[in-house]
This record gives sequence, C-alpha cells and structure tokens, in this order.
Amino acid sequence: MNDMATRLMTDTSTLSLEGVTFTHRGQRLLGPLDLCLTGCKRTLVMGPNGAGKSLMMRLAHGLLAPTRGDVRWEGRAPRQAMVFQRPVLLKRSVLANLVYALAVNGTPRCRRKARAREALERFGLGSLERRPARVLSGGEQQRLALARAWLLEPEVLFLDEPTSALDPAAILAVERAVQEFHVGGTRILMSSHDLHQARRLADEVLFLNAGRLIEHTDAATFFTAPASCEARAFIRGELVL
Amino acid sequence: MHHKARIALTAAGLMGLSMAAQAQDGESYITLASTTSTENSGLFDAIIPQFTDKTGIEVRVVAVGTGQAFEIARRGDADSLLVHDTAGEEKFVEEGYGTERANVMYNDFVLIGPGGDPAGIADAETVAEAMQLIAESGAPFASRGDDSGTNRAELRLWDAADVEAEGDWYRELGSGMGPTLNTAAGMDAYVMSDRATWVAFDNPQNLELLFEGDDALFNQYGSILIDAERHPHLKHDQAEQWHEWLLSDAGQQAIGEFEVQGQQLFFPNAE
Amino acid sequence: MPSDTSALNTALSLILGFDPALMEIVALSLRVSLAAVLMAAVVGLPLGAALALWRFPGHGALVVALNALMGLPPVVAGLCVYLLLSRAGPLGELGLLFTPTAMIVAQLVLVLPIIAALARQQVEELHLEYREQLTSLGLSRLRMIPTLLWDARLGLVTVILAGFGRASAEVGAVMIVGGNIDGVTRMMTTAIVLETSKGNLALALGLGIVLLGLVALVNAIAYVVGETARRRLG
Repeated sequence: MNDMATRLMTDTSTLSLEGVTFTHRGQRLLGPLDLCLTGCKRTLVMGPNGAGKSLMMRLAHGLLAPTRGDVRWEGRAPRQAMVFQRPVLLKRSVLANLVYALAVNGTPRCRRKARAREALERFGLGSLERRPARVLSGGEQQRLALARAWLLEPEVLFLDEPTSALDPAAILAVERAVQEFHVGGTRILMSSHDLHQARRLADEVLFLNAGRLIEHTDAATFFTAPASCEARAFIRGELVL
Repeated sequence: MHHKARIALTAAGLMGLSMAAQAQDGESYITLASTTSTENSGLFDAIIPQFTDKTGIEVRVVAVGTGQAFEIARRGDADSLLVHDTAGEEKFVEEGYGTERANVMYNDFVLIGPGGDPAGIADAETVAEAMQLIAESGAPFASRGDDSGTNRAELRLWDAADVEAEGDWYRELGSGMGPTLNTAAGMDAYVMSDRATWVAFDNPQNLELLFEGDDALFNQYGSILIDAERHPHLKHDQAEQWHEWLLSDAGQQAIGEFEVQGQQLFFPNAE
Repeated sequence: MPSDTSALNTALSLILGFDPALMEIVALSLRVSLAAVLMAAVVGLPLGAALALWRFPGHGALVVALNALMGLPPVVAGLCVYLLLSRAGPLGELGLLFTPTAMIVAQLVLVLPIIAALARQQVEELHLEYREQLTSLGLSRLRMIPTLLWDARLGLVTVILAGFGRASAEVGAVMIVGGNIDGVTRMMTTAIVLETSKGNLALALGLGIVLLGLVALVNAIAYVVGETARRRLG
C-alpha cells in the first residue's frame, strides 16, 4: 500500500494555475489565482457559497477557459473525469449510460458491456442495469455517475459538491467511493462546504472566499490553526462575508 | 450508443431516396399544357384513351389558365399546347415558339346570373346589350381576372359593349373558372363562363344560364405544334401524332361524341 | 352546399369502396410527403444540431432566416422549384418537372426549414444540460451531434410530425411543379382543389376527410411509438 502510494505520487504530474482570472460580463468572479497542486492527495476545496469553488474546479478541469492567466499540467496532461453536484445522465438505461462512456473513450465494442456490468456491481447498481437512468433516486444517480467516472480510469477525479443534495446513507456511499478512487491511485479534487466531510476526507485544503484563494494548507493545520480570520470564522460556523 | 442516431438517419435517408427514385418511369407519354375548361368538363377523360389505344402514347394534361399554359410552353416544359385564345396563339407562333396552329373545336361562352335576373339580361338582343344592362343595374359581376382565355374574351366583350369594366359592381377574383363560379354562386353575381365548365359544374345554387347564342360568344380552341429547334429535347414526333389525331376524322368524331348530361359541349371544326 | 352527412357518406364510400383511383392518389400523397419528410430529417436534424452547437458570425441571421422560412408560402416554394426544374432553368436537363420527384423536391424545400429550426431549439435545450458532462468526457462538438440527436429523439418525433403535417397539407407547391396530372402527379390536396373548382363540393370534402384520417393515422402511430419509448425510458 505504502509502496504503491509512493510510486503513484512520483508519477502524477503537477497542476499549476498562474494568475488565473475569470470574468463574466465585466465582473470578476475569480482570481487572480496562483496555486500549484502536486502529489496523489485528496484536496478539498472549501469556502462559502459564491466563493468560486465550482468555477475553480471547472477551470482546472478545462471545462472553462480563464479570461486571463494559465492552467497548465507540467508534463503529460493526466486522464481526468468529473462528477457534478447534479449528475448529468443520458436519457437511456443505466447500462447504456456506462456503455456510452466506454464507447467515447475508445473501448472495443465487444468489451464494453462486461466492463460496464463490472462497474455496476462495484457501485452496488447491479440489479438496476435495465432501468432508465433518469428515474433512479438521487443517491443511485450519483453512484452511477461515479461508476461512469471509474470506467474512465481517471488519474485525477474532480467532484463538485457531489453530496450536497443527498441523504446520509447516500453521502456515505459517495465518500466510500471517493476513498476507493484514492486508494486506487487517483488524485482527488473535491469541493464541499461540509466541514465534517472535509475532516473525514481531506489531505489538504484550499480555502476560497469571494473569488480569492485565502489558504492552501494541509488538513491538520487548516482545522487546528487556520491562518486567516475568514477561515477561522468559517470553521467556527459563523457567516463569512 | 450514439451510432443508433446515425443508423436511424442513414436508414431514413435511404428510404427517402428510394421513394423518390421510385417516382421515375420511362413510359411513352407527352405533356400537354391546356386549360381548366377542357380538363374540368371531362373532355380529356373521354378522348385521350382513344388516342392512347391507337398510338400507345399517354397524354399527361397540365390544366392551367391560358396565360400560364403559354408560359409553360414557352419555357419548353410541355410538348404540346391546346388553348382557347386565338389572338394569343397566333402571337405565340409569330414569335417563333410554335410552328403551326390549327383550329380544333369550339364551344361558346354563356352569361350566368342569379335566377331572379335583376338586370333583366334574359331578354337582351345581343351580348353587348346584356352586358350594358348588367353595368347599368349595378348588380355584381364576377370576373376571372386571371388573364385566362375566358378573361381575355370577357374584356373584349366589355370593350365591344362600350362599358368601363370597373366600379363596386365589378369584382376581379383572380381565380380559375370553377372557383369563380363557386364565388359567383355565393354572392349572387353575374358571371361569364364557357359552356363546358358551366354544364359540368355541380354547385350552381341560385345561378342559372340567362343569355346565350350570340356569335360574339364564340370560343375557338386551337392546337399548336411547338418549335423543335428552340426546344430540341421535347417529344415532337409524339406531339405531332397527337396534333394530327385531334384534326383527323377519328379525333374530330371523338370530340363531337363527348356529352355531359345529354349535351354536346365541344363542336369539332378542324379544316 | 352539401350537407355534412353527404360529405361524410362520400368519404365513407370512397374508403370502403377501395376506389382504385383514390388508392392511387392516397399512395402518391403518402409517398411524396414521406419521402420529402425523411430526406428533410436526414439533412435538417444534423443541420439544426450544428446551429445549436456552433456560434459564428452571422449565426443569429441564419437562425432568424431559418425561422422565417418556416412561414415560406408553399406557392413561392413551388414557383422557385418550378423555375429551377423548368427546361429553361438551371436543372432543366434532368426533365423532372411534372413528376412526383419534382413534388418531393418542392415539399423538401418547405419542410427542411421547419425540421432544422425546431431541431435546433430542442438540441439547444438539451445541450445546455449535457454540455459540461459531454465536454468532460472529451467529446468534440461534432461528436456531440449524434448523442444529442439520439437523446432528444422523443421531442424530435414531434418535430418530424410537424414537418409531415406541413407537407401533407400544402397544395400550392405541388400544384405548380406537379401539374396535377391525372394518374401521375395528382395528390389528395390537388384533387380536392380540382373537385372544388368543378363545384363537386361533397367529393372535395369527402377527400378532405380521407386526408385528415390519413394524417391522424400517421400521428397515432408516432404517438404510440413515442409513448412506448417514454414509458421505457422514464
């Protein structure tokens, strides 16, 4: 376990954001942001609503292009996947949703169904394969989205508030899945505004407020001795403005 | 799974193309541009089968107003032309679009109006007098207004009667003969029709035939051979067979024998 | 005026009598309209999807033009196709005027804007929802087109039916380019015009009822297929 983690840590490349700014209709929503992410860690992006967490995740994943500045992977850009707050599932069966993702990433046709079923079993959805994906419960939909991400064998997994609309049992399932990804060697970048969740999962924390990066520290430091007053207030559960 | 969308689209495309391709065939036929009066009366249904039996040539009739028929022929879209506007036909030949024009048959125009005859045209001596009476009475008159052979004949008759064809009572409809009769029936208007369309017309309501028989109402039909040099792609041989047959004894007899409700509608008069 | 019952009786006797002339007219109407709609779908659906996905200079003008063409008068479409296919026109060599093929082309011109414009709207809505997920999966916009079309298929069935409705109802275009030739290019709508002009109103209305029934039948089939799919897919 320790060996594998070390090996993967040396393998993964570095994500750097340099002077990244995102402006929409003349209003600066994020940045300027400078940061460097290395190692196979679980990074939790925290901050109040509107702090720019989702925006930062999308810029890092490449869904959005920054207005100014650079998002760069040093070395080879890794395989990536993203799980959204509200899972986007195609209007097809559960199985077809997974087969589709495999078709897109170029898996040979004859292997797609077997791989998809394997993922369904792994995420506890084996009995639902013929059901329309859109009628699943919120928790099942999020697990299906995780199964789809798992099939893509990502080296980096982005999760944007993946549990904010779920009940405790479903939250637990998602957190277990995140742990499994991590143990399998996937770097995790997950946004959340749930402090307890962050304590359970985080190796390091990025704390954002009002579009700016306030802190970037390891989890232990962040929760015991935050440097900024905004972070202290956030941890105490006060309203941060 | 998105290959399904592609498969569905491809299949639809192939089906559409095959249906379009089906639509082609290579039988022996000519296209005849003619007028609604001949088609609507049922004349062609009666005489064309006799021609087809004899020659094996099918005749496809595009029945439009005379103005449009000339235009279709001028553009080379019809092999043969059978219309009723002698002046226009002669001009067509003079301009070099046609090589030969021949009288085929005639019928006559009649004046139709509401049964009560508010203008009193039933007792008129001449068509000119009848039309003056209509204009004076102010009763509505429905004109084709579509530059067809019938419309051109009607305008010549107003001229001859020395009447200005305008005012509230004069309604230009811009329609074919049948629609004009339908409209005239709806508004109890006077209307001039060719006899064939009138006799075959099924929706007269209150309308009646009120005036007929003046020589000025004579309505001549002519067949025209289209210039082969101008439009070499046309089926001139077959079109000529049709032209000759119309003028032959067999064709002339067929025209004379055609009746609707016991009435002969067209009178052959080829020389 | 014919009473409603006489028109209904005429319609019934036409259908039940399997009048061969009527069957020929019905078959031609279906063939022409279906062929036009199928080809319009093959071109129009990807075209609409492309307009939903790409933004370029003149995009707005193109969308407005397409929407405006939905209201193109059939007579104008017919006239344009007539001038195109006429012997004196650029495609005259093909000798297609006054054939069913010419009528298919004319109806294609009428139906294509409807299918493309409405498909654009449907795909645009779905794209808003799918865009981030599909981009995250690494799909280019070109590869998104079949995915979006397939996932919008239930809505697109209605779009295609709207096209079919337009094709089967119009008379102005097929009258001009087909010529309403008995046994060759006479369709339901042109036959109705002809019978009306003969004052044969009961027969005209009877044919109208048959046409309505036919369109209803096609819609019913599409409805059943759509509902089945909807139940299956949730």
